[in-house]
Amino acid sequence: MSIQVHQLTKIYGTQTAVDNISFEIEPGEIVGFLGPNGAGKSTTMKMLTCYIPPTSGEAKVCGLDVSDQSISVRKHVGYLPEHNPLYLDMYVKEYLAFAAGMGDVKNVKNRVEEVIALTHLGREKHKKIGQLSKGYRQRVGLAQAIIHDPDVLILDEPTSGLDPNQVMEIRDLIRSLGSNKTIMLSTHIMQEVEAICNRVIIIDKGHIVADDKLDNLRNQTAEKWIVRVQFAATVTEKDLKTIPGILQVTSLGNNAWRLSGDNPQFRQAVSHFALASNLEVTELVSEKDNLETIFRQLTKHVDGL
Amino acid sequence: MWTVYKKEIRSFLSSLIAYVVMLVFLGATGLFMWVIKGNNVFDLGLSSMQVMFEMAPYIFIFLISAITMRSFSEEKRLGTLETLTTRPVSDLGIILGKYLAGVSLLLIALLPTLIYYYSISQLGNPVGNVDTGAMWGSYLGLIFLGMAYTAMGVFSSAVTDNQIVALILSMALGFFFYVVLGMMGDITALDAIGKSLEWFSLEYHYDSISRGVLDTRDVLYMLSFSALFIGLTKTVFESRKW
Repeated sequence: MSIQVHQLTKIYGTQTAVDNISFEIEPGEIVGFLGPNGAGKSTTMKMLTCYIPPTSGEAKVCGLDVSDQSISVRKHVGYLPEHNPLYLDMYVKEYLAFAAGMGDVKNVKNRVEEVIALTHLGREKHKKIGQLSKGYRQRVGLAQAIIHDPDVLILDEPTSGLDPNQVMEIRDLIRSLGSNKTIMLSTHIMQEVEAICNRVIIIDKGHIVADDKLDNLRNQTAEKWIVRVQFAATVTEKDLKTIPGILQVTSLGNNAWRLSGDNPQFRQAVSHFALASNLEVTELVSEKDNLETIFRQLTKHVDGL
Repeated sequence: MWTVYKKEIRSFLSSLIAYVVMLVFLGATGLFMWVIKGNNVFDLGLSSMQVMFEMAPYIFIFLISAITMRSFSEEKRLGTLETLTTRPVSDLGIILGKYLAGVSLLLIALLPTLIYYYSISQLGNPVGNVDTGAMWGSYLGLIFLGMAYTAMGVFSSAVTDNQIVALILSMALGFFFYVVLGMMGDITALDAIGKSLEWFSLEYHYDSISRGVLDTRDVLYMLSFSALFIGLTKTVFESRKW
């Protein structure tokens, strides 16, 4: 087990940031840690990286306890904190060599070059960190996190504040790093979880509200399945209403329709309908953004409204 | 610990701080010793470095505070304290790395003043007529004193994320332990209490070592003073966990 959290609680003064949460992460998993701002994501990550101790409960990384075996835990964990703090007046190579030295890396020079290659920092390695764009700084942040080849990577909002291209690049990078590591990443963007993770833990106000594989979660909580379809010829709304399980039909113009159904097999039903009525389909897409809806459902606060 | 040490030394040398500190220190002591009328070597006609060793503790209060003010406050401001303290290095290792880097810079700044020693010994009549024992004692005292100031500076830097606050706090502590406590013995109204308070001042022990007689009590005092502030720094450091 890479990460084991058992009844973990953190109380700041009178405020309970993390309330009695438990979960386990297997080696090799990429887990999205999802929640609105202030839900307790960062606090949990800070406890797992030994920055702050838990108020009660226990957390283990690679079987080592964060309170009693803190130094050993840190050897197994690579951490990218929120906002990615870096020494702006250090050179990229210099900083990575420092991080390597702090992580007890044996052959510092080789390892720095290796990590620079992994994170595609080759062209920027002689620059000062302060001169880099945000996307490249994020790469430096990831590079310092993996420099001592940890088994577990904990990334706190690794793509926040980046432009769409940089977001894609960083996600690719995380995915490629994930092949032989356990990764736990926090975010408040659903698409990110969809793009990288195979499991999601949703946390809200210090409680875990969902912990499951993405697909299961989608099937459990979704109330309708939406398909966007475009036919080559004209179809009447009345004909479309004959599709089994259909709930709603909206015309998007130009023979395109947005259809919603009440079961997970609704997409197949639509293509069956097209085949049966001999209609040529030019486009058929199921809309997946209902994950956002799930998220909102799970984290909406009755009192907050 | 040594990784932190190396990083700190590099950051001193790549920023202007190290050079400015050395220039100001050498400039100031040089001026007092050789140029400014009244107390300089030629006016006094003595082959001793007394003037430098009298001025240095005051100059050090400013300069060492300037060296150490960034050590932790900057890490706090940038947020890098979080990456620093989540690596497999103990808190004490990090603190000692920064502390020793400050002490090393201080030693480097003192090194060129050996030229003054050489000059004075050449000016002596006959040549080489210098109280060598007192001189080495004074150097040793100054190094101990600098170590104590550095420990206070590192501590001040750990309590705030603002460099200016760290600078002022560190100077205030230096002023209190050297000047204020050092004066206590001279206040007749305080009598015996004043004398005891004076014993706790850095000045008392610095003066004592400077005379060239190495008393273990003085050495012990100086070293425990540094250790005390390093311990306090560690406590402040751990306060994030409370």
